[in-house]
Amino acid sequence: MRFYSALLHLYPSSFRAEYGGEMRAILGVRLRQTTGKLSRLMVWAETIADVVVNAVAAHWDILRQDLRYTARTLARSPGFTLTAILVTALGIGANTAAFSVADFVFLRPLPYADADRLVKLWERPPGYRNEVSPALFREWKTSSKSFEAMGAYFGMAVNLVGQGDPQRLESSAVTADLLPMLGVQPILGRLFNAAEERENNTGPVVLSYGVWQSQFGGDKGIIGRSIILDGNPRVVVGVMPMDFRFPNRDVALWRLMGTDEQSDDDIGNTYWEVLAKVRQGVTVEQARAEMDLIARRLEQKYPNDLQDMGVYVYQLHDEFSNQSRLLLLALCGAAACVLLIACANLANLLLARALTRRKEMLVRTALGAGRERLVRQSMTESLVLAAAGGTLGVVVAFLAVPLLTRLVPMTLPIAESPSIDPRVLLFAGLLTAITGICFGVLPAWRSAGQLDLGGLGDGARSGGGRRQRARSALVIAEVSATVVLLISAGLLMRALLRLQRVDPGFKAERVLTLRTALPMSRYDSTARRAAYYRDVLAGVRGIPGVSSAAYITSLPIAATGGVWPVVPEGRSLTRAETENASSRFATPGYFASLGIPLRRGRDVSDTDETDQPWVAVVSESFAKHYWPNEDPLGKRFKFLSDVRTVVGVVGDVRMRGPEQPSEPQVYLAYKQIRDGQSLFYAPRDLVIRSSVPAATVIPVVRRIVRQVDPQQPISNIKMMSTIVSDVTAARSVQVRVLIAFAAVAFLLAAIGIHGLLSFTVSSRQHEIGVRMALGAQRGDIVRLVMWQGVVLAAVGVLPGLAIAYAAGRAMQSLLAGVEPGDAVTFAAAGLLCVVMTLVGSLLPTMRAARVDPATAFRADA
Amino acid sequence: MAYTDSDIDALLPLPAATFHILLALAKEDRHGYAVIQDVEQRTSGEIRLSAGTLYRSIQRMLDQGLLRETRDRPAPEFDDERRRYYRITPFGEAVAGAEARRMADLVRMARAQGLVLGKA
Repeated sequence: MRFYSALLHLYPSSFRAEYGGEMRAILGVRLRQTTGKLSRLMVWAETIADVVVNAVAAHWDILRQDLRYTARTLARSPGFTLTAILVTALGIGANTAAFSVADFVFLRPLPYADADRLVKLWERPPGYRNEVSPALFREWKTSSKSFEAMGAYFGMAVNLVGQGDPQRLESSAVTADLLPMLGVQPILGRLFNAAEERENNTGPVVLSYGVWQSQFGGDKGIIGRSIILDGNPRVVVGVMPMDFRFPNRDVALWRLMGTDEQSDDDIGNTYWEVLAKVRQGVTVEQARAEMDLIARRLEQKYPNDLQDMGVYVYQLHDEFSNQSRLLLLALCGAAACVLLIACANLANLLLARALTRRKEMLVRTALGAGRERLVRQSMTESLVLAAAGGTLGVVVAFLAVPLLTRLVPMTLPIAESPSIDPRVLLFAGLLTAITGICFGVLPAWRSAGQLDLGGLGDGARSGGGRRQRARSALVIAEVSATVVLLISAGLLMRALLRLQRVDPGFKAERVLTLRTALPMSRYDSTARRAAYYRDVLAGVRGIPGVSSAAYITSLPIAATGGVWPVVPEGRSLTRAETENASSRFATPGYFASLGIPLRRGRDVSDTDETDQPWVAVVSESFAKHYWPNEDPLGKRFKFLSDVRTVVGVVGDVRMRGPEQPSEPQVYLAYKQIRDGQSLFYAPRDLVIRSSVPAATVIPVVRRIVRQVDPQQPISNIKMMSTIVSDVTAARSVQVRVLIAFAAVAFLLAAIGIHGLLSFTVSSRQHEIGVRMALGAQRGDIVRLVMWQGVVLAAVGVLPGLAIAYAAGRAMQSLLAGVEPGDAVTFAAAGLLCVVMTLVGSLLPTMRAARVDPATAFRADA
Repeated sequence: MAYTDSDIDALLPLPAATFHILLALAKEDRHGYAVIQDVEQRTSGEIRLSAGTLYRSIQRMLDQGLLRETRDRPAPEFDDERRRYYRITPFGEAVAGAEARRMADLVRMARAQGLVLGKA
C-alpha cells in the first residue's frame, strides 16, 4: 500500500488530496478479495497502468483548464500581454540569433571526417606566423611522426575561358594527399591520386558543385572533359558535393600541383599553407611538442634561414582571428544582458500584476483552490507568455541572422550564414522554458505564499516589505545590466569611429577598381603585358570624366601579401635580421590615381625598362628607416633578387587596414620584370579615378578590355571606398546590434523604474495624503518619490560600472586603443542613466505631487 | 441550478464511464466503491471502472454540475467516515436522459437500415 501511496504522487496534489484516501481504500478491498499470487499480480499491473494513464489525463485536464483561464485573463489585459510577449520575443530573439552564429562558428565541428584531428601548421618567425616553403614542408613531412597525413595548398585565381564569357575563378592548388584527408567523397568522379602527382601530371582538376552548376550546367558527362584554365588544358576528374568548402567558401576548383612545382629548394620561398591530420591517440599538444623539436633540429641545418624559427600548430577549427572571436563573444554577452533585463522586467510586471490580482487569488483560495493550484495557474500563465514570446523570438532571430553574417569569419570553411535549424530551435525552446520559469516562479510563490484571508477586507494597499525589496532588486539588476550594455556599446562605437577616422594614406573616394588578371601562359613576356597595359590604359584614360588610371599588382587592404626582405646595399643580414617591405609593381600614374602624395623625386615611368637602372619608389617610413637623416634618392638596396635605386618617395599607405601596422612599401616599375619571372606579381588591378558614376564607366571599360583581348575576364569590380569600409564591416554590424540592444535595455530599465515607482506611489497614496494633510509641501513629496528613483538608479549603476570596466578589459583588443575606462564613454553612460532615472520617475512623481489628501482618505474609507 | 438545452447538448455524447456513473447514481446516493460495484453488476462484469477513471470522471462531473457531494450519510453502522457520497443533480438527470434518447435514436436508425435484429 505504501507503494500505491507513492504511485499516487503522479496525480496532481489537489486530486490526490481529494480522492487519494478513497482510492487507497478501493485498492485495499480489491486486494482483500483477490486470492492467488498471479491474480494479485494482475491487480497490481492493472493498478499501475490505471494510475499512469489517469494521472497524465488529470494533469492534462488541469492544464486545459489553466490554459482556458490564462487565455481569458490575458485577453482581458491586452496591454500587459502584448508588452510581456514583445519583451520576451526581444530577449529570446536576440539570444537565439547570437547563439545561431556563435554555435555555427565556435561549437559545431567542421564538416570533415575527424575534424577535431585536423590541424594547420605555420612557420613561426619571432612575433608572427608565416606560410611555409615547399622545401620546409618536405622536411616537416619526412621527419614528423605525429601525423597520419600532411598536405599543402595555395590559393590562386585562374581564368576559365570557353564557357560563355571568360570567368575569373578562385582556385586552390593542392598536393595529392590534401583532399583525401578531409574525408569528403566527390559526388562525381574521384579525387587526385599519388600516381598522378608522381607522373608530374598537372592536368587534373576537381570542380566545386557551384562552378559545376554555373559554368557547366550540372553536366553529368563532365568527368574526363578538358577545360581551359589560364590557357592550359586541364581534365576534370571529379565534382565535390554542394556543401564542401575548402579552404574557404570562395574556392571554385582544386588543381593538382605537379612535382616540379613541389620541388622548389628555396627554404625562404614561403607561400604554402599546410594541413595535417594528427594520428589517432596523439594529442595536438604532443604534435606541437614534436614539431618544436623538429624546428630546433632544422635551425641547426639551416642557420641562416631558420634561426629562431618555431612552428605553430593550430586546430583547423580555430583558424579565425581573436578579433572575430571577441566580436562574437561580446555580441553573446550583450544578448544575455538583454535577456536578463527582459526577465527582470517581466518578473516585475508579473509581481505587480500578482498584487493587483491579490483579491482574485484570495477569492479563489477561499473557494478552495490550493496553493499548488494557484502556483500552477500562475506558472501556466508565465509559460504561455514565454512560449508566445519565444515563438515570436524565433521569428525575430530568423530575421536578424542575415544581418549578422558579417560576423562569420571568412577564414572558416563554412557557409556564409548559419541557418535556423533544429539545434537552434532546441536552444530557443530551452531558453523559453527557462525564461518562463525564471520570471514566473518568483511572482507565483510570492502571490501564493503571502495569502491570508485577512487581505480580503483590507484595501489591499501595501505590497509588503519583502515583495517591495524583491521588486527593487529586479530593477537594480536591470539598471546594472543596462549600464554594462551602454558602456560596452559606447566603447566599441568609439573604437569604430576612431578606426574610421584613420587616414589610410590614399583617397578612396571616386576610385573604381577592377581586376583583369592576365593568364601567364599567354602573357609570360614582359613586352606583351606592357602592350596590354598600354592599350587598356590609353582607352580608359580617354573615357570622359576619368582623370587618371593605372595598373598595380594588388590593391592596398584588399591584398596584404607580397612581402619581401630588404637588404640595403653594403650590409649583409641573415633572414632573422632582415626586415620586410611590401612590394607592388605599378604603371605610371598609380599614385595620382589613388591620391597617394609624391613627396620626393618621381613616379615610375614607361622608360624604366630592363636595360635601364632598376628603380624603386619607396614609402616615407621605408626611407626614414634605412636612411635616417639622409637623402634617400639615389640609395640602393637588394629586393626581390635585384638591386634597386630609389627614385622617388611617396606617402605611407596602411596596407593592412586601419587596425594593423603596415610594413613599409616599395613600388617597382612594371616593365622591370625579367621574362618568365615573378609572374605572380605582374600588375592585375586597374585603378580608375573618375568624376562620373562607376555605372557609366564599367561598360566602357568592359568594351575596351574586350577589344584588347577578347578572352580576358573582368572580376572584382569594387569601389575603393567599399574595400576600405569592408575592413570595419564586421565591427560596424556588431556596434549597430549592440547599440540597438543598449537602446532596448535603456527603455526597459526606464520602464522598470517607472513601474516600481508608480506602484509605490499608488500604494503609498494614503501616506502621502497624511503627510500633505500634516503640512508637507509638494516639493517634499516630489523629493520623496524622486529620491527612491535616484537610490534605485545609483545602487544599480555602481556594480554596472565595475562590470562594464571588466567587460571593457576583456575586449580591450577590440577597442583600437580606446581605454576600457574611457572617461567620455563612462560620462555619457552616466548622463544617460540620469536621463533614464528622470524619464522613469517623471510620471509617478507628477502623480504623487497631484495627490489630494481628501481623495486619498476617501479611497481608503 | 438553471440550465438550458444547449448546456445539455454541449456535453453530448457522454463518455461511457460518465453515463454509467450517472446510471449508478440515478436511484440512490453512492460512494465511489459502490459505484464501481453497481456498474460491474449491471453490466454483468463487462465494465469494471478503475479507481483512477472513476475519480477523474467524478471530479469532472462535479465541475460540470452533473453530480454533487452529499452530506446525507447512511446509518452509522453502514457508514465509513472516509467515504464520500455522491448524488445526481437535476441537470445530471437531464443530461443522462438526453444521452439515452440520443442513443435510442441511433438504434432506431440502425434498425431502419436492417442493421439490428429484434423489435423496437
